[in-house]
Amino acid sequence: MGIVVGDISKKFGDFVAVDNVSFEVKAGELVALLGPSGSGKSTILRIIAGLETPDSGEIYLTGNDVTSLATQKRRVGFVFQHYALFKHMNVEKNIAFGLEIQKQKKPVIQKRVAELISLVKLNGYENHYPDQLSGGQRQRVALARALATEPRVLLLDEPFGALDAKVRSNLAHWLREFHDNFNITSVFVTHDQNEAIEISDKIVLINRGRVEQYGSARDVYEHPESKFVASFIGQVNVLEAVVRDGRINIKGADATFEPRDGEKLQTGDVVLLVRPEDIELVATPVSNSLPFTIKTIHYRGSHYEINCEVGDILVNVIENKNNFIRQQWSVAQNVFLSFKDYRIFTAEGGHEKVREKLKELGYIE
Amino acid sequence: MNRSNEMVKVIRQQRRLGKNILVAAVVIWFFFMILMPVFGIIREAFREGLDVFIAALTAPESIHSFVLTLWITMATVVINTVFGIILAITLVKQRFRGKLFVEGIVDLPFAVSPVVAGFMFILLFGPRGWLGSWFEAGGIKIVYALPGMLIATLFVTLPFVAREIIPVLKEFGLQQEESAYVLGASKWQTFWKVTLPSVKWGLAYGITLTIARSIGEFGAVLVVSGSIINKTQTATLHIHQQFTDYNYVGAFSAAIILAVASFIILTTMQRIYRQKGVD
Amino acid sequence: MNKPGFLKSLSWGGDLTLRSLSFFYVGLLIILPIAAITLEALRGGLGSLWRNILTPQAIYAIKLTFLTAFFMVVLNVITGTATAWVLVRYRFPLKNLMNALIDLPFAIPTVVTGIMLVALYGPKSILGGFLNKQGIEVVFDKPGIILALMYVSFPFVVRAVQPVLQEMDLDMEEAAKTLGASSFTIFRRIVVPTIIPAILTGAALSFSRAIGEFGSIAIISGNIPFKTQVASVYIYGELESYNQQGALGLSVALLFCSFLILVFLNRLQVWSRKHEQIQ
Repeated sequence: MGIVVGDISKKFGDFVAVDNVSFEVKAGELVALLGPSGSGKSTILRIIAGLETPDSGEIYLTGNDVTSLATQKRRVGFVFQHYALFKHMNVEKNIAFGLEIQKQKKPVIQKRVAELISLVKLNGYENHYPDQLSGGQRQRVALARALATEPRVLLLDEPFGALDAKVRSNLAHWLREFHDNFNITSVFVTHDQNEAIEISDKIVLINRGRVEQYGSARDVYEHPESKFVASFIGQVNVLEAVVRDGRINIKGADATFEPRDGEKLQTGDVVLLVRPEDIELVATPVSNSLPFTIKTIHYRGSHYEINCEVGDILVNVIENKNNFIRQQWSVAQNVFLSFKDYRIFTAEGGHEKVREKLKELGYIE
Repeated sequence: MNRSNEMVKVIRQQRRLGKNILVAAVVIWFFFMILMPVFGIIREAFREGLDVFIAALTAPESIHSFVLTLWITMATVVINTVFGIILAITLVKQRFRGKLFVEGIVDLPFAVSPVVAGFMFILLFGPRGWLGSWFEAGGIKIVYALPGMLIATLFVTLPFVAREIIPVLKEFGLQQEESAYVLGASKWQTFWKVTLPSVKWGLAYGITLTIARSIGEFGAVLVVSGSIINKTQTATLHIHQQFTDYNYVGAFSAAIILAVASFIILTTMQRIYRQKGVD
Repeated sequence: MNKPGFLKSLSWGGDLTLRSLSFFYVGLLIILPIAAITLEALRGGLGSLWRNILTPQAIYAIKLTFLTAFFMVVLNVITGTATAWVLVRYRFPLKNLMNALIDLPFAIPTVVTGIMLVALYGPKSILGGFLNKQGIEVVFDKPGIILALMYVSFPFVVRAVQPVLQEMDLDMEEAAKTLGASSFTIFRRIVVPTIIPAILTGAALSFSRAIGEFGSIAIISGNIPFKTQVASVYIYGELESYNQQGALGLSVALLFCSFLILVFLNRLQVWSRKHEQIQ
């Protein structure tokens, strides 16, 4: 009984913003619409709210078909990226606005507004105007305002986009807690994969107007179903290889290794996606390891990023602080890499095609 | 497509209809109010044919009035530009008591009725006026003569240049000038090479406004000049004279010339304004 | 920066020159004339000033001036706001042309405006003849005055409201939609409060212009006492009759009104700047 997005499409002139998108948000879930800029995720959110009308497809909110219903009648709560607070009204009046439209009685409105102000911890700021509040405070007013009318669903468009990193992270977690207290079906749009992973129940990955994958954060991260998904969430190394005699040959590395336990692979061209944290670095060769040389070492606080090369292949490896200290890696050292986990995609059309695709998506130069 | 999408289409069409009605209403009203009158004078000026039109325009008092307008306008532009720049620089860069008062006062000519303005200068420079009496003693006529008309025109156009330059100077002038000083430029060099160029579009716009207003000034000049034909009649005064003498073709033909001039000034204004925005 | 002593005094001298010139300019052209007329008016004592203002003809002139100005301002606010709205929110053919022409009334001399309106609405024109048959006299009657005032003041409201509408965050309107507000409610509770200061500014400027307007009214109204004679024309009449005393009363009254409006505009600016702080 949450939100059902049924095969929505939308074009702006010749530009296809949304292309046959379908997904479902179960009642009470907090779902992230994640994707790069321009992927259409905001458009999808606005279509759910009724701020845009789809060219085809339907939207259902709590079981009702609202596709032809105007925004005013949908009873959705919407929080805008730049808050969109009413500049000429103070905090109280902003929050009360929706209730006044509903023609609620004064005492009812006053009580509800007071409740919400306590909820978002803005006691004492009732008479402040938006230009007297900080970014985080404005965000909370926007949230309170959206919730005042007890909407069926809550929609947030890049709610933390305009804030700086620390505030962002705090607010994101606060939103999750808040959501857990009220269990209101919510969808938020973001391009920040960390946010999505940290607080959402499910992630819908959108790319170029299409749904790339839909699942829990763990599903999406551990089992990406496409190259886009794998590279969008988390860091990943992209390596071209050939499978021959059941072994994987990294092109340009002059080294081969056996696939994971008993995996049988077809002979042919493939693309390998390996996450930096899934690569083990050892000083002496072990079975299935590949010889590399350390090129550069970058300190990152909690871990080190080590770039290794062989031939003209560069691989990024993440080594945690303690291991690094123990092993004492240094530049120009000869090491051995063993891939603990990876995803393999067949290179339909050959490596050239795949490279083009990856270049298009911006994952390689 | 299903029923939902059909309904959506109907709603969209209704909204579009409302918009179109509003736009049409505004455009028709605008065309009627603002543009039709312009077409009106064209028709009236040529009512009696082309030769009468030309004869009216080339009559000696007509030509004299246009030349007078030209002189006064040029003099006004030069004087108000120079002093406008001086005033702007003083107000932006110096601090002194009464500065806010002076800044506020600069806008005053906008608020004063032209007739009252003319009256003020008659009181001041008339033969029995505060300052006028001295000039009278020296045999110089200010009022009912060219100097008075010039002064009246200076008054009504005073704010234009200053107001255009002041905000620009406030925003950019000081930093750029300081860089120039650090690089060794003298005050005079800085003024010519840095300050003036930085305000050039604001200045151009202010000058254009000044020209438009000088050409169009009527009330103040009417009062101050006595509107003596062939002596102290500007183009606008000439039009007024013709009209009150029932020489309609004379009035309309001169009006067309001024209207054309206004159009040209208007388009120049627009172009400069856009340039100003760009900078 | 340490300048040698001699250079220091030189720049100090330069500053002083600029300041003196500025004072001279503003003093001669603005302060002195205002002082002259104010003192002249007070010379005969407040009593006689008051008596001058209270003559029946003068009273009628003042009433007419304020009524027509007020009426025009109301019309101007409605049409000006609608025009600004259409220009900012919609796209339609000839929009750019219309936008450019909005400033036309500013560029055209007021007498030419008067002449154009006479050409269009005079008794000999098609429109004028038609209206006359319906019993509506435009030229030589009050509608003509309002028409002329509307023409010359039209750009004030449009140009004041336009930039504010342009800068408005559409987000606020969408937010109101999600909270259930109808289009009309959105306009009433979100858009209007945002543009009220701009509307007030435009209205005040229009009003100020209207009470002082002379050229166009002198042509179109016929200047008939007790019918179409506004304050500025009355003053002119008194001056022509060498009755300076008579003219003084109304002149000072008009000046005083202008001063009040200037103060109002200034307060409005300060207030709106206070509310427009950090985005």
